[in-house]
Amino acid sequence: MNPLTRAPAPPADVLIAGAHVLDPRAGIDAPHDVLVRDGAIAELGAPGSLSAPEGGETVDGAGRHLFCAFVDPHVHLRTPGQEHKEDIATGTASAAAGGYCGVVGMPNTAPVVDSAPIVRSLRDAATRDARIPVGFMAAITRGLEGTQLTEMAELSDAGALGFTDDGRPLVSAGMLRRALQYQRLSGGVIALHEEDPTLSGDGAMHEGEVSALLGIGGIPSVSESTMIARDAALAGYEDARIHVQHLSAAESVSAVAAAKAQGVRISAEASPHHLTLTHLALRERLDTRLKMNPPLRAETDRLALIEGLRDGTIDCIATDHAPHARSEKEVPFEEAPMGTTGLETAFAALHTELVQPGVLPLALVVERLSDGAALLGLPTPRIEAGAPADLCLVDLEAAWQVGEEPYASRSENCCFAGRTLHGRVLLTVAAGSIAHRDRSLQPVAA
Amino acid sequence: MTRHLLSIEDLDRAGIERILDRAASFAEVSGREIKQVPALRGRTVVNLFYEASTRTSSSFELAAKRLSATTVSIRSSGSSVDKGESLKDTVQTLTAYDPAAIVIRSPNVGAAALVARWSRAAVINAGDGKHEHPTQALLDVYTLRERIGALDGKRIWIVGDVLHSRVARSNVLAFRALGAEVTVCGPPTLIPRDIEAALGCAVTYTLDDLAEADVVYALRMQRERMSEAFVPSLREYAARYQINSARLQPGQVLMHPGPVNRGLELSPDVIDGPQATITAQVEAGVIVRMAVLYELLAAPASGPDGADGVAATEPEPAEAPA
Repeated sequence: MNPLTRAPAPPADVLIAGAHVLDPRAGIDAPHDVLVRDGAIAELGAPGSLSAPEGGETVDGAGRHLFCAFVDPHVHLRTPGQEHKEDIATGTASAAAGGYCGVVGMPNTAPVVDSAPIVRSLRDAATRDARIPVGFMAAITRGLEGTQLTEMAELSDAGALGFTDDGRPLVSAGMLRRALQYQRLSGGVIALHEEDPTLSGDGAMHEGEVSALLGIGGIPSVSESTMIARDAALAGYEDARIHVQHLSAAESVSAVAAAKAQGVRISAEASPHHLTLTHLALRERLDTRLKMNPPLRAETDRLALIEGLRDGTIDCIATDHAPHARSEKEVPFEEAPMGTTGLETAFAALHTELVQPGVLPLALVVERLSDGAALLGLPTPRIEAGAPADLCLVDLEAAWQVGEEPYASRSENCCFAGRTLHGRVLLTVAAGSIAHRDRSLQPVAA
Repeated sequence: MTRHLLSIEDLDRAGIERILDRAASFAEVSGREIKQVPALRGRTVVNLFYEASTRTSSSFELAAKRLSATTVSIRSSGSSVDKGESLKDTVQTLTAYDPAAIVIRSPNVGAAALVARWSRAAVINAGDGKHEHPTQALLDVYTLRERIGALDGKRIWIVGDVLHSRVARSNVLAFRALGAEVTVCGPPTLIPRDIEAALGCAVTYTLDDLAEADVVYALRMQRERMSEAFVPSLREYAARYQINSARLQPGQVLMHPGPVNRGLELSPDVIDGPQATITAQVEAGVIVRMAVLYELLAAPASGPDGADGVAATEPEPAEAPA
């Protein structure tokens, strides 16, 4: 069974001419011609050495960068039941516009993805609607209620890539232990939203000087890190494989590093917004687009996440793309749902805030944007002859204002709205087919 | 002055003092038999109250009426608010009446700022969740200035449930803007983390050094804080934090935003004692809110020299309205 599915699309025949190809895993960091024939990378050659495939087009890559397309292990596509926020078609179009060739949907839908028929129906829907390959996680507990395991083995057989109660913490240590034991039968990574609700309470933002000033209930950093420490201990005891979602706090980075040092099979992700924004943004404007769970935290937390990404404590970047309708977000801050969209801005935000100022190398950011694939047992995109074409062509210098043009997502609750970012995805090739083409990109006659 | 009053942070020292001076000029109006001036005749002030309130809503209504404005008061009970209408829809509906000002009280932080974004009216925050209650702070500094003069260098202690108090947040900002040194004191469970950095105040958990205070501002203690386990018992709270005649030093001023829990945060003897300003605070509520409405809606824009518009823009002469 193919772990990811998408709608049928014609295989690409295209020459991407003279782009600076950067694939750190393959050790490529130089201008090349890249020839895609019948959806696969046919050949890499010196700039100007290759010609367009018969009947295909040439895309001018000069002055642009060609990367492996990105893979996001953590997005919310909102199907089934919340299609007013997003659906598989709009969510994967948003991903394609952001340079992604694969995304994994979370199961906190209505109904929850907690039975095999729902997984099968989602995979069927993806074969009709998905612009790029998409996979699905299933819930750990029925209805995300934290009291009864889902039929994890059957869900796995139906195509679920792994298990998570994302959006809610698994409060009961005993329930998590059962899931970790059962993983020996079902396989599939167990991805955890780490939050102790007795500590986070009715908090709506990071607990710190901004919450103290605004009088908004705070979500302390330790509500996340204490649960990571607990769950890492359980995973170590059961020799289970866990993945920590959306790390936000410095204490959490330490907890993951400590678990890794002890040999626990643990991986972790961080989001572009936690890597680039802090709670001070809410001091400037109490904007519900900046409300997400976990919340934007302090500068020390942001710097710790960056260090974690650099030293490998944090394995990959995931957007936690969480669309919400305008009417749901146009309410007072404390009443607004948690979540920001992120697929269309992920690369540009990281490039603008971390790469351009020299905080992180471009190669590291690009690599981490697709490192999520291997964590879920998916093939990692690579730029080499014979590989399926999973590519994105980016103009690093192109400046654009977020939200000025319509989003491909159905929702517009993007935490970067109004900011000018540098880095524009011009072309995305996903699983061999052209999934996104920027309107500015004029094909050169073959 | 800014177009809205959403936070004490909207005002600098000169802005606060201009409102206090204006309020002082309205004090004379309040002493008359006919307590009305025509400053806002023909203009509409909407009071939108999403939370129970007695003194704030009544004093805003009185303030607007004494300035001859037409007032409409909407409470969540019995309005479309209870039928699930969103704040935005309600505000857009009210904006169709073209009010000069909207006064809003909401259980949600930032609600007044949202109304300001969605409406053309001048917006006055009459309390937004646990965030701020700027007109309370203004009436408190007015009361205090009347009682002890300038606040520069004065030491003010705010005692009680700071965590849940919008009054505490606005008052720390206002007291500090006028040059006072502020200490907040209460159980550690009811003092927000990092409040020193947020508001520039000192923090203490005991009343041991209360004698250093020139002013003691006691906050209302909500009884539900015990069921929420913020304090072990109200008995222990009162034992540690109640302001009573044994703790209140001669010469200290005692303030409270009301309504008072007698025998909890304050002992009955100090409530009714001469050091308390509780009644004066209520009296100041009307004239300070008149001053805020006047400054937002009627005062000419101040000139390049900023604060000196006061003498030239006295309220209109006292004529009984037609």
